[in-house]
Amino acid sequence: MIARDKFNRAFDGVFLWLAVKFRTFIIEVGELAQFGLQGYRLFFTKPFRWPELLIHMEFIGNKSLGIIVMSGLFTGMALAYQIYLGFKLVNAVSLVGPTVGMGITRELGPVLTGLIVAARAGGAMAARLGSMRVTEQIDALEVMGVNPMQYLVSPRLFAAVIVMPLLTGVFDFAAMFGCWLVCIKLLGMDEAAFFDRTYLWLEPYHIFEGLFKAAVFGVFFSIICTHRGYLTKGGAEGVGAATNRGVVLSMVMVIASDFFLTNLINMFYNVFGMNNWK
Amino acid sequence: METVELVDRPDLAIAIKDLRKSFDGREFVLNGMTLEIPKGKITVLIGYSGTGKSVLLKHILGLLKPTSGSIQILGQEITKMNMAELTKLRNRFGMLFQYAALFDDMTALENVIFPLKEHRRDLTKAKMIEIARARLKESGLDEKHYSKQPSEMSGGMRKRVGLARALALDPEILVYDEPTTGLDPVLTEMVDNLIVSTHNLRQGTTSVVVSHDLFAAFRIADHVVMLDSGRVLLHGSPQDFLDSDIDLVKRFVAKGVRKELQVHAGSARSVE
Repeated sequence: MIARDKFNRAFDGVFLWLAVKFRTFIIEVGELAQFGLQGYRLFFTKPFRWPELLIHMEFIGNKSLGIIVMSGLFTGMALAYQIYLGFKLVNAVSLVGPTVGMGITRELGPVLTGLIVAARAGGAMAARLGSMRVTEQIDALEVMGVNPMQYLVSPRLFAAVIVMPLLTGVFDFAAMFGCWLVCIKLLGMDEAAFFDRTYLWLEPYHIFEGLFKAAVFGVFFSIICTHRGYLTKGGAEGVGAATNRGVVLSMVMVIASDFFLTNLINMFYNVFGMNNWK
Repeated sequence: METVELVDRPDLAIAIKDLRKSFDGREFVLNGMTLEIPKGKITVLIGYSGTGKSVLLKHILGLLKPTSGSIQILGQEITKMNMAELTKLRNRFGMLFQYAALFDDMTALENVIFPLKEHRRDLTKAKMIEIARARLKESGLDEKHYSKQPSEMSGGMRKRVGLARALALDPEILVYDEPTTGLDPVLTEMVDNLIVSTHNLRQGTTSVVVSHDLFAAFRIADHVVMLDSGRVLLHGSPQDFLDSDIDLVKRFVAKGVRKELQVHAGSARSVE
């Protein structure tokens, strides 16, 4: 009887713990959604923050170009080499180009760009807003009659959504260039066959799919990181914690949401008869 | 939210009636506070830590909504205002933060230009620079520091830039949040003198200083308000404060005197 009571209490405890965690998760998602919607809405209210939008686009986009090009190039090269080794076994090396192309444009391009930019720009967003919060700069804006959400958050949210597809395009191009380098210059494959097969299998909507995903990742990481930074509590430790949590949660969101987005897009393809995998 | 109507008094800059604030619904940080701050005077709010000074300040600035009670700023009830109305009213405020809260990606001059860019879009860029330079001069900052970033400035210089920024829009109410905290005695005196000279230069401006520095309060105040447990314990002239029979006030004065003596002994030793 005592053992059963203990078991029941432990069982209840686990369910209680799960319920609390689930409730916290729902509240947090609600807060993030509300924060994001407010941020996007305020962008369309006067005074418009065009200069700030350009500054943040430059920060997220231009300053990430180097790391995106390098990552894309080496990802494309490594993927091409691995796929070549596999396809050689079944005598299908001419399909390395389209396989790398589809993998990069539909999945790896947006996901890796999302992870890289979330770590670099998202971390910087959380740290900057967090340090502004703890040094009372956000309070100062409010006292001066400037809406800090509109001045600090809205331009960052929009800049991320605009720039992410552009960076993904650059990543895709760099990766395909890396693939071409390995296939043609290193492995001596036939260049005409490489381009012919790639053109044959890779459709423009594969590229657009990746760019769409990138924009969605931009929405996620920018909302999460600005939210964490904007509501930072405590001193330097709080800024560090906000940055850490913002980056980790953004990266998890990019990877997790990719799975759901892929399924959603596949459903769309099926509905409109665009799926060439049938 | 329950509000209490106040009788319109044009001689008052700030009128607070029965202000109560609780964050958790149980304990009240402000517990029925009633306070009148006259126009054109320097009023210093003092009190021990945790007596509700900062919470009161945030209510005056409209950054917090009260649980109940009334706050009238320059004759306008702010507890019922929406964000747009509050923003408009805040343009009539200037605030010097404890650590100046300068924007660290801007130079001293750009920090002072910022409120003008936001609220005086009718001005040309040259006019904004002219006003900003005048305010920085008024605050006593040497011209060679105008192009410095906050990270390159000393604490005193930052306070001067913070004050210049607070003055940029010619505010009717100037609020100072712990302006001398963390400063040495020489800088403390400099900041006190700056508050008084700014007040004297701008006749009619109401200055509200939140501080726990007793001697600074006596040096600059027309009125001293001591807070305790979310209420006003004493409101009067500095002399009223010294003559008070209230035990808590006497203890505060005694501790303040002891601390001041220690500071002076310390600075004397460092000079030796």
